[in-house]
Amino acid sequence: MLLDRLFAAPDAPGMGGPRLWLWFGGIGALLLIVVPVLNLAVPEGSALHLPNWAVPLAGKYLCYAVLALSLDLVWGYCGVLSLGHGAFFALGGYSLGMYLMREIGTRGVYKNPILPDFMVFLNWKSLPWYWYGFNHFWFAVIMVMLVPGLLAFVFGFLAFRSRITGVYLSIITQAMTYALLLAFFRNDMGFGGNNGLTDFKDIIGFDLRDQGTKVGLYVASAIALGLAFLLCRYVVTSKLGRVMMAVRDAEARVRFLGYSVTGVKLFAFTLSAVLAGIAGALYVPQVGIINPSEFSPGNSIEIAIWVAVGGRGGLVGAILGAIAVNLAKTWLTGAVPEIWLFFLGGLFILVTLLLPRGLMGLLTRTGRHAGPALAAEAAAAEESGATEERHA
Amino acid sequence: MKLLRLVLPLAALLVAPPGLVRAENQAAVQVAAESSDQSDQTDQSDQSAAQPSDNTDAFSQGSAVNGDEQQPAGAAEGGATDENAGTAESTEAAGAEAAKPVVISDFASAVAALSSESYDDKLKAVQFLGGLGDARAAPILQALTEDRLYAAADGALVYVDGQKLRAALDGKEIPGPKPAGLNLISANNRVRGLIQGVLGQLRLLDPDASVRRRAAEAIADQPTAESAAALARALAKETEPATRAAMLTTLARLQVQDADPAKRLAAVRSLADSTDPTVAGVLRHQLEVEKDAAVRAAAEAAIKSIQSRLLWYDIGADLFEGLSLGSILLLAAIGLAITFGVMGVINMAHGEMIMLGAYTAFVVQQLFRALLPPGWIDAYLVVALPVAFLVTALIGIGLERGVIRFLYGRPLETLLATWGISLILQQAVRSIFGPDNQAVSNPSWMTGGVPLGGGFTLTWNRLGIIIFCLAVLGGLAALLRYSAFGLHMRAVAQNRPMAAAMGIRTGRVDAYTFGLGSGIAGVAGVALSQIGNVSPNLGQIYIVDSFMVVVFGGVGSLWGTLMGAASLGIINKFLEPFSGAILGKIFVLVFIILFIQRRPRGLFALKGRALEG
Repeated sequence: MLLDRLFAAPDAPGMGGPRLWLWFGGIGALLLIVVPVLNLAVPEGSALHLPNWAVPLAGKYLCYAVLALSLDLVWGYCGVLSLGHGAFFALGGYSLGMYLMREIGTRGVYKNPILPDFMVFLNWKSLPWYWYGFNHFWFAVIMVMLVPGLLAFVFGFLAFRSRITGVYLSIITQAMTYALLLAFFRNDMGFGGNNGLTDFKDIIGFDLRDQGTKVGLYVASAIALGLAFLLCRYVVTSKLGRVMMAVRDAEARVRFLGYSVTGVKLFAFTLSAVLAGIAGALYVPQVGIINPSEFSPGNSIEIAIWVAVGGRGGLVGAILGAIAVNLAKTWLTGAVPEIWLFFLGGLFILVTLLLPRGLMGLLTRTGRHAGPALAAEAAAAEESGATEERHA
Repeated sequence: MKLLRLVLPLAALLVAPPGLVRAENQAAVQVAAESSDQSDQTDQSDQSAAQPSDNTDAFSQGSAVNGDEQQPAGAAEGGATDENAGTAESTEAAGAEAAKPVVISDFASAVAALSSESYDDKLKAVQFLGGLGDARAAPILQALTEDRLYAAADGALVYVDGQKLRAALDGKEIPGPKPAGLNLISANNRVRGLIQGVLGQLRLLDPDASVRRRAAEAIADQPTAESAAALARALAKETEPATRAAMLTTLARLQVQDADPAKRLAAVRSLADSTDPTVAGVLRHQLEVEKDAAVRAAAEAAIKSIQSRLLWYDIGADLFEGLSLGSILLLAAIGLAITFGVMGVINMAHGEMIMLGAYTAFVVQQLFRALLPPGWIDAYLVVALPVAFLVTALIGIGLERGVIRFLYGRPLETLLATWGISLILQQAVRSIFGPDNQAVSNPSWMTGGVPLGGGFTLTWNRLGIIIFCLAVLGGLAALLRYSAFGLHMRAVAQNRPMAAAMGIRTGRVDAYTFGLGSGIAGVAGVALSQIGNVSPNLGQIYIVDSFMVVVFGGVGSLWGTLMGAASLGIINKFLEPFSGAILGKIFVLVFIILFIQRRPRGLFALKGRALEG
């Protein structure tokens, strides 16, 4: 039953049917087996050896892909452009970061068994109540999902109930992440202020500097991406997913048909925030730091451009876009740093003007299965365009 | 008075108690009439003050005559000096006077006495000059403390003023090369210390009222008996109301510690009108040692009244700062009210238009510095405003024609594309001007401000921005309401196909409207360059705030934008004292997020029957 649904031909754009699962399995195997083997088993010096630095970098891209996937779920399928997804990502990251800080224990600079270094530095005498429990990994894992999920639920409930839509919602989500940015910059908040949380030593007993741990985290990211993709795919192909798309295309009509638009949006938004939080939690141990700059509104808008570049409303496109843009970012900021912002800015303009369906649009247009799906899509796009025109 | 003499024997030697008392009486007459009567009856020296002509000594008589011509209060001083010298508290001064009969009878003789061998004569001459209250003495005494005063061969005194040599008596420049045989006149620490006090007193008589006021306030910080006397004398001559008030306050602060309870009471009562926070401190200090019940009660009441008045001043200052912040927000948001409110275009590059306007001001300033004579620099701001408007309006029109018009009806895509534009503009400016802050200086007519008491200053640049932003808003409202272009703009905003059917070229109106919004953002940038540095990130600081203002006030309503900006600015400033700047800002953001729940279309939403906006 479940497999039937997942294997069914897609209603959403992009690839579908058995071909998709061929791709899914192929790429999954590539990510899960080939990368670790090339890094760990192939001896250094061999042409096929994957350098050590590349593993956490690849893991970072996979985390970004999960994040893009989560935004695609609300934006591509529900029409809610959240410009605050960076906040959910960062909150997930902070939640795991707090566990990692507690895990340092007496190995910190000040050798305090309870308090993290920055608290000793600030002359704090005891642990704030919201740091309790983060010495347990399981507690941190729950918080990674609970904190962003709860924020999204409360925020979404307030916003969707009052029927805040379109750009208004985008702007207030931006205000939300901006407020959190300002809040986390304060030392009194107890999250390390400007410097954030860093100097992590190990995670559930594994040394973070060990290459094996890095590969392990990478594999965890790849699995998370695969599961997130399956989950999103399950949601969007379900009946609920159809209602989500209907909300995206004609919200008022869905409301008049008797569906709870608020409930549908709230579900998508909260699920999306939880996914973003998981992405952040996997990201932090791989890059080794989490600081308030993750909350900056610019970061959140950048997530939207990953999804737009890949092609929204197709899940695969979001993953593709996140990885492609970040590969370009790594390469450009290293080679010609002053060009990067020109490139990113140009990408925003060109993609919105010339590639409304993103890279996936390019791929499906040239592919064999393009025909009817694309036509349906174009009709849907026109419809949503008309709705939005009425908004304006 | 007796207390003062005991505490400061040296001062008492040289000071003029009668003069002080008399002036005190004058002050007290204005402050509280009853107390002066009492002090006249109780204090012996007051009687001598009433009869200054009792002095018979040649020294004091000469000074009295001279003093009477110039100023009555100064006359008493000579008598007082003489009287005290006779009390044998200081035999030193009396002995010196006997050994070297240097006669100090007028300004010229006092100046001449400065070159005397004896430091006691110098002290006396300085004291006399101080009592004379002649502004001519100030540069001479200043020169003496700084070792710039010389005696020429013929005995006349000269001092060095930069590269010039001036005659001490009249301050006239002596032409030609430095004459030989100049003898430096030395001063010891006693003389220097005395000169510092005397100079402070002389400043009380400075022709410039603000110098007088500052001198009066400075005396309050380091009160001495002489300065109190000089203050009283200056008060008698003072006509400028603000300075007079400052002098009265200072005098009352000195009298708060007077031995006579009645005078203390009068002083405390007069201080109750003060707006100076330090006065409350003085009173509180006095309250700790005060024994007299009436004075205690008056002091407590005075402290209470000062504090309540200060509270109002604080509220006034917060209100002004809030309005100032609101005006900045408003300037940043007006352009957005056009592009977002009227056209429905989410222009994330709006902040960069502000930034480009600020950089235009910077470039115009640099051009003025480089190409025009220095006297013209103050005019750069007047030129920068239209230039910034044109530059940013043209860029805005270019953007509208090149990018934004293809995205009408797709607000989310517009948001992303304009964000891309903003990244490109930022990086372009960073490449051209560098990532560092650039300073745009205020023209001289925008610097400074008016102190309004309570430690609060109304600065011209903030005031200028408030007025300027209201002018911009008013001009814009008039343009929308009365011009043909405004009519077309409103028509296109309300019903595009119908406007097109009526023959309005909607595409052109769109371009001009966007240009207008961008141009106003550029002008806002010029204004913002007056209160802070100019950096490529300038626009980023304002973009979230500007959107908040527009959304809070109500999209499409200029009145709403005005109210939104003003209330957000004021809320922010009133929250700051309780929560700190950053937390205040967070509260405001949370407040807006919650507010939008209640009024999704803002404070001043346009009424309509459409299902969705």
